[in-house]
Amino acid sequence: MSNKPATLFDKVWDSHVVRKIEDGPDVFFIDRHFIHEVTSPVAFLGMEGRGLKVMFPEKTFATADHNTPTINQHLPVQDPLSANQLKALETNSNKYGISHWGLGNPKNGIVHVVGPENGITLPGMTIVCGDSHTSTHGAFGAIAFGIGTSEVEMVLSSQCIMQPKPKKMRINVTGKLGKGITPKDVTLYIISKLTAAGATGYFVEYAGEVFENMSMEGRMTVCNMSIEMGARGGMIAPDETTFNYIKGREKAPQGAAWDKALAYWKTLKTDEGATFDVEHTYAAADIEPMITYGTNPGMGMGITHHIPSALAGDSKASYEKSLQYMGFHEEDAMLGKKVDYVFIGSCTNGRIEDFRAFASIVKGRKKAEHVTAWIVPGSHIVEQQIKEEGILDILTEAGFQLRQPGCSACLAMNDDKVPAGKYAVSTSNRNFEGRQGPGSRTMLASPLVAAAAAVTGVVTDPRELMA
Amino acid sequence: MAYDKFTILKSSAVPMPIENVDTDQIIPARFLKATERKGFGDNLFRDWRYETDGTPKKDFVLNNPIYSGKILVAGKNFGSGSSREHAAWAIYDYGFRCVVSSFFADIFKNNSLNIGILPVQVSPEFLDKIFTAIEADPKAEIEVNLATQTITIAATGASESFAINGYKKHNMMNGFDDIDYLQAMKEDIKVFAEKSLY
Repeated sequence: MSNKPATLFDKVWDSHVVRKIEDGPDVFFIDRHFIHEVTSPVAFLGMEGRGLKVMFPEKTFATADHNTPTINQHLPVQDPLSANQLKALETNSNKYGISHWGLGNPKNGIVHVVGPENGITLPGMTIVCGDSHTSTHGAFGAIAFGIGTSEVEMVLSSQCIMQPKPKKMRINVTGKLGKGITPKDVTLYIISKLTAAGATGYFVEYAGEVFENMSMEGRMTVCNMSIEMGARGGMIAPDETTFNYIKGREKAPQGAAWDKALAYWKTLKTDEGATFDVEHTYAAADIEPMITYGTNPGMGMGITHHIPSALAGDSKASYEKSLQYMGFHEEDAMLGKKVDYVFIGSCTNGRIEDFRAFASIVKGRKKAEHVTAWIVPGSHIVEQQIKEEGILDILTEAGFQLRQPGCSACLAMNDDKVPAGKYAVSTSNRNFEGRQGPGSRTMLASPLVAAAAAVTGVVTDPRELMA
Repeated sequence: MAYDKFTILKSSAVPMPIENVDTDQIIPARFLKATERKGFGDNLFRDWRYETDGTPKKDFVLNNPIYSGKILVAGKNFGSGSSREHAAWAIYDYGFRCVVSSFFADIFKNNSLNIGILPVQVSPEFLDKIFTAIEADPKAEIEVNLATQTITIAATGASESFAINGYKKHNMMNGFDDIDYLQAMKEDIKVFAEKSLY
């Protein structure tokens, strides 16, 4: 080991390189592999075609989430194609000895929610999944990123993938966040500054006071959205907040193993003097509740602002195509725009803290009559917490119904689809054309903004509803 | 899955001068429910290509018979968003072997290389030249030469070189993939895994 100052990213990356290929990628060892029903079946089929076995079944964890219905999960899945994919995940997992938390299992939920909450995700790990929001797990100081199905097959059959090492970017946010400003606003703000492609080719480390003071749920929200500015992933150095979150979780190390792990985890930070290829610094005081107005996550703005007349670096034609899809115009105010649907959930904002925030606004108020709201916990464990903490009572009182866990309206693979032309304020991660259903129009925002929209029926600054 | 070796591709190209084409546009999530890799080309760009009742949208480029070819030319930040390899499968299954853009999203680029589609990143200026050439002649021939790592507009002779690492280039030219490589080094991986903390 050299004594040259290293970044957190370098420390974790370099310790997982099995072989460096000259003029090629690194052969990169994977500690944890998550699979779900959509991106794994063809990988298993490929292995069968080649006569390969799963090399380390104990390092892969399966959960069903993308396709699953969010009501009546005890009944057979109606859509035969979805049912077939769910069955394939179960069959493949059983065949190769992979732990499988399918529909109905009390541990089931969105892959990026259940990994951390069960202590499967740990600092210093390399984690992949056939899902771009795998970047979520970077909140623990892990290198975590999404992969394609060919790579899922590689991990299953050899526990490695071939990856060129990305460049390094550090994003600092200094100072303290104001009232009503959540981690989702922090990430939407950063992406609006960097654009949807601004971090492509980079792996990001988030640093500074704002992230140090952030809960694990908040850090997961921020790291989750790293891909939305093109970054492969984002990570935050583990600290006491991280260790306290992990301790005692089912699959976390115990006893002597805990002490050994903890000693290692405490070394996982960027050394003084280590350098990054690019560094950006923002002030927390400049961030207000954010909302998107266009069809990529870089098209976001402070909720009290007006839609800008162009986006730096993008062609006018692409920009106008986007506004036209949304039915918005340059210089429009976002406040007061009508909202038809509200979705709280997803791997971005489907954790207990998000539902606490949502409840804090709707408490003592009523859902706007014309709004359809989908309240979808990220996992059964989150669902249970919602009930135990009395949040369900607040929601029920305000006219909302709690659904069952899954990816739901984030990508609308199940029946939770926003109809064509309708507007949704969504706590998910993508406002792409048709993402929440063909023709749907998505405005991304925090759980507080979603709650304010749900009770007023229009885009509303949540700070006006806060005590 | 085996793919065709890539050496020299001479073809007309389909122009799509739109930026930030995300993988949800390339193939919407509701078409990801198959458990086998086949038929994805039918739903390539589904919601841009078809009305909700299934009739083709006349103004979409794939429905315009004057454009055809094995090369797709697109605006910057192509393939952003979801990691779904189905997007690359749909492009391959439709018949494209090469995508040209001034900028690619990382995961899409990896997925393409893994299944035999060559992503060719050119300068914004050269991208404009290609669009101009296709505008002048919809059948304008583009030559992509992987061995020399050059892309050339036949009519004007305008040419630019593109980057690809030597390992991936060798794979593409021979139809090899990473799984073959990894299987051949399993003993090393086993030794490495024994030292792993997790």
